[in-house]
Amino acid sequence: MTATIPRLTPAPPPGTFLGMPAFPRAAKEALENQQLRKNLRHVTQTIRAKRSTRAEEVENWEDLRTAGEQIKNRVGRHLDQYLLQAEKAMTEAGITVHWARDADEANRIIVEIARAKDTREIVKIKSMVTQEIDLNEALEEAGIAAWETDLAELIVQLGHDRPSHILVPAIHRNRSEVREIFREEMGLWGVPAPEDLSDDPPDLAGAARAHLREKFLRAKVAVSGGNFIVAETGSLVIVESEGNGRMCLTLPQTLISVVGIEKLVPTFEDLEVFLRLLPRSSTAERMNPYTSIWTGVTPGDGPQDLHVVLLDNGRTKVLADPVGREALRCIRCSACMNVCPVYERVGGHAYGSVYPGPIGAILTPMLRGLDSDVDKSLPFASTLCGACNDVCPVKIPISDILVHLRNKVVEKKTAKHPTVESTIFGGVGWVMAKGWHLALVEQFAGLAGKAMKKQSYIGPIPLPVAIAWTRSRDIPVPPEQSFRKWWAAREEEGK
Amino acid sequence: MAPGTGKRVALFATCINDTMFPSTPKAVVAVLERLGCSVEFPTDQTCCGQMLTNTGYFKQALPTVKTYVKAFEQYDYIVGPSGSCVGAVRHQHPMLARHAGDEGLAKASEDVITRTYDFTEFLVDVLGVTDVGAYFPHRVTYHPTCHSVRVAKVGDRPMRLLEAVRGIDLRPLPYSDQCCGFGGTFSVKNPDVSVAMGADKAHHVMETGAEYLVTGDNACLMHIGGLLHRMNAGIRTIHLAEILAHTDAEVPA
Amino acid sequence: MSAREEILARIRAATVDVVEKDPVTDVPVDWVYDQPTPLTDVLDTFEENILDYRARIVRTPASGTADAVVAALAAVGAGSVVVPGGVDATWVAAVEAAGIEVVRDDPPLSHDALNRVDAVITGSCVSMAETGTICLDHRDDQGRRALTLVPDRHVCVVTADSVVSDVPEAVHRMKASILEGRPLTWISGGSATSDIELQRVEGVHGPRQLFVVLQE
Repeated sequence: MTATIPRLTPAPPPGTFLGMPAFPRAAKEALENQQLRKNLRHVTQTIRAKRSTRAEEVENWEDLRTAGEQIKNRVGRHLDQYLLQAEKAMTEAGITVHWARDADEANRIIVEIARAKDTREIVKIKSMVTQEIDLNEALEEAGIAAWETDLAELIVQLGHDRPSHILVPAIHRNRSEVREIFREEMGLWGVPAPEDLSDDPPDLAGAARAHLREKFLRAKVAVSGGNFIVAETGSLVIVESEGNGRMCLTLPQTLISVVGIEKLVPTFEDLEVFLRLLPRSSTAERMNPYTSIWTGVTPGDGPQDLHVVLLDNGRTKVLADPVGREALRCIRCSACMNVCPVYERVGGHAYGSVYPGPIGAILTPMLRGLDSDVDKSLPFASTLCGACNDVCPVKIPISDILVHLRNKVVEKKTAKHPTVESTIFGGVGWVMAKGWHLALVEQFAGLAGKAMKKQSYIGPIPLPVAIAWTRSRDIPVPPEQSFRKWWAAREEEGK
Repeated sequence: MAPGTGKRVALFATCINDTMFPSTPKAVVAVLERLGCSVEFPTDQTCCGQMLTNTGYFKQALPTVKTYVKAFEQYDYIVGPSGSCVGAVRHQHPMLARHAGDEGLAKASEDVITRTYDFTEFLVDVLGVTDVGAYFPHRVTYHPTCHSVRVAKVGDRPMRLLEAVRGIDLRPLPYSDQCCGFGGTFSVKNPDVSVAMGADKAHHVMETGAEYLVTGDNACLMHIGGLLHRMNAGIRTIHLAEILAHTDAEVPA
Repeated sequence: MSAREEILARIRAATVDVVEKDPVTDVPVDWVYDQPTPLTDVLDTFEENILDYRARIVRTPASGTADAVVAALAAVGAGSVVVPGGVDATWVAAVEAAGIEVVRDDPPLSHDALNRVDAVITGSCVSMAETGTICLDHRDDQGRRALTLVPDRHVCVVTADSVVSDVPEAVHRMKASILEGRPLTWISGGSATSDIELQRVEGVHGPRQLFVVLQE
């Protein structure tokens, strides 16, 4: 028996995202959690209404969205040029630029830098990309503790949990759950929560302030993501609310920023577009409380050793798909998940990815490939209602990409031999190919209608597929006469 | 002179209406003829193909693009009583043709879709009417279906048509912009989420105290109606065209 | 092949369909940059939006700035204040005269020492009315970034001529600071979070109180 090595940070839940069940099953489990549904409904409906107000008060909002779309298209289609320009500008400003093909390579680079600094802990700004590469666990294995400093990420980390939303990762927790987590866990990893901690959000935020301040003041290395890199100047941009970001970006001597290669904007002036689109779309504020922009090392001010890790990890695969590449415009605002009726019902965990909701349903399978059951199920995790398309600040046609990926899933599943579903849809395709095929099928529907003409609706039908519909929904009895038949009879009479 | 006089209109009934809800295309015929149009039903027509397209079966959906072009290309006005089906024709048919590498079909489709209208668009934009002479003395609530609003972009046309109906008591539907959860094959691939969404929609419908739930899409109505029926809610579902066709006090079937 | 070479090669293979090699020609951007947002009164809007963040603001003629700074420090309950080197000497004199302890960042204070100071006074670079945002470019009158971060109270003097309508004009004005390599900090109200049930809480890690002195 091997000795258990004590953990440096709270353990995440067992299992991996990829080992999670496909969306329909995970969604069913989530739907049964009444507290979760209540929390989600409250939060998504509140922020949805606010976003709408903040977008409507900008007179040229649609022009801004078009600008966001065009600027990001310009970057994506010429990504090599912009990356080289950014690399040059960052290097000249004193930043060490690293390139990482995948998660493992990025994690190795970060661990090496941290080890060279002889540190046993790092502080982290909330960042989607470091979750994508599972950096915290890579650091833990290397004997380095990674502390999440965003309030919601702290709740998730101390709760041995996973984030369920890209903007408010603890959206699935209510205040009393947060109080319990803080009371039980804070003392195990640093400054404990006060004995008399209430579940009032200001009190809970106060406990987080006290718990984390100790870590901020002593940290030697910080890790961040990045909202934007300005290719022209090599400036990095981070938007945040709490000031934990500024703490990480300012106090430690070493700062490592992990940034996806698609995060570039060509010029500093382009920020006038994105720094209006992003806060209004994400937190539904006119502006987020803090934005930090830095261009390399400033002597005597902030970190003196700056690193940027430019990460691919599947992004070039997305870029290679001319339909799917539009998803690379995403600025991680979360407006799509806030407006999504499916997300509102099931929450983020059911998507089996750090990127949940509509954007996750397209981005995740493209980044990871359509191999696992969960990734094959994600493009189908939408009613195609299109609410997400309308709120996306960079106009990603999410529904169209979902449909495009559904086609890829079908082609992959039927590449070698037909499936039950493809046989059924082959039949549907035949019916709909010609008017007389459809007329023939309508004869049978009419016979069924005739046989059941005493009723108007049918209840549960214990057959595959049919039961999926009729378990909770009745279905109308088909009419005895199709429209087509009625029309033919009418024409006949008219003659 | 009636606003439709001299207008030859091809009815795109849609497969679901043709098979399951024939009273809807019959109502379209009644309204259009009342307004003076001459209505034809090209019997080669089948379906917009979106059940196939949206499930990922692009190859199997391609014949519907060809069939649609062939059935309707000679008409100036092609009118369908479904924002969803009309939206699919306009938004997806050229894509399907291009996906199959058939640029000629894509061009032909792009031509025919410029003449394809949702029923409410045709009434309001082409015929220039909102009052079609309908009478419907009932409490009604209208759910703007997602595809009619976001793909076909029918806007407030259905509401303007309903507001002009004599005797109607229109009740605003809370959270009307939320999807009902039907989603085509989503309803059977993700039945639990679909039903959860549909149940919320059904409850909002019940809150209005309406006797009838109306939409411009029978597929969504089949889903919400199936839930309302299972719940014994006592609320009937009806297509917008059937309200507009109604001219006397008789309760429609 | 290095990771750099491999990623660049992947990108070039992925974008092989892009024929036009000039990004500006390939994807035109229709946006007209650096346009003001029409506002009835820029300063009134700025004041409203600062208040909307539940920060405080006072408007004063230039002759009253020093007194306003002292009053602001008293209002936020500061017994000690760190003062960047370039802050107006008359303000500092007035603060000292009021009996508030003035701490200099020369030599630079340790994190812990800074953490023991109650407040900071600074000037500012550019502000945006429509969003209620103040930008610091960390010149001598604003000090290094840690000074406006670690102490719990921030008294910030904004001059009327530095307030513009909205983000586009501000970005345009700040380009010079970027080209000089200066870091920028944009502040919109105090530190805040909405992470618990979306209830906004003012003050987490950054200064929990922001007091703006608008000098007209």
